[in-house]
Amino acid sequence: MSQEKITLNANKWIDNYADYLFNYAITRVNDSDLAKDLVQETFFAGLKSAKNFQGKSTERTWLVSILKRKVIDHYRKINSKKGQAEVRMNFYDDGENEGSWIEERVPQSWNNESEKVIENRELKTQLDVCIDNLPEKYAMVFKMKTIQEFETEEICKELDITASNLWVIIHRARTQLRKCMEDNWFNN
Amino acid sequence: MFKKFIINCDEATTICDKSQYKEASFSELVKLNWHILTCKICNLYSKQNRKMTSLFKMKSLDCKNQTNCMSKEDKEILKKQIEELKL
Repeated sequence: MSQEKITLNANKWIDNYADYLFNYAITRVNDSDLAKDLVQETFFAGLKSAKNFQGKSTERTWLVSILKRKVIDHYRKINSKKGQAEVRMNFYDDGENEGSWIEERVPQSWNNESEKVIENRELKTQLDVCIDNLPEKYAMVFKMKTIQEFETEEICKELDITASNLWVIIHRARTQLRKCMEDNWFNN
Repeated sequence: MFKKFIINCDEATTICDKSQYKEASFSELVKLNWHILTCKICNLYSKQNRKMTSLFKMKSLDCKNQTNCMSKEDKEILKKQIEELKL
């Protein structure tokens, strides 16, 4: 039994897939303008390589695979750029104290008040500020894993990183976020 | 024998973070718990980490309930650009 081959219909792309692709992009780059650019580039790349479409997957799957590449390219560009946002060290990285807490980064006890304000709107805003202060790549991996709840394997595949890389990034992001929330919320 | 269970604070907190996603292995959890028994700072980190996780889950829920769409204007611009490219 032969499967029906799917053909492309570029006239319907915007109506059918623009929102889906935009939503996909914005959850990964957290920047509306950048997400729009990536969606635009995806459609353009789709048009250019339309002759390579073999009809084995749906149009949407094919376009998402192009968008995935665009997102990866974006993060590779960021990675290679100098002057990336500072990553605060929490532990000594050499010497006899290697792996131990750096004094000023040691967790402090939090005020008990924090218990009752967990649903507070301002708390959410502060959390957003702290996430925005993370280096872009850390923020992306953290959000994909923690907020969007993607599988580890999927993130590693998409971003071309190893699982141990991922956990180091998650660890650094979380310790940085913990410190930021401690300074600006829990002990403020 | 116990030496292989000894880890530093950086490793302990990395495992602690991994455990928040339920992805730490059994041996990692043994190392973490052994470390936490003897390290007050990481013990505190571990408790606060659970609170951070509940914060992140709240944020995750918020995001899942929110759908992002492109504006009509942006879609129209894109349509025109695609038409031009096709010519």
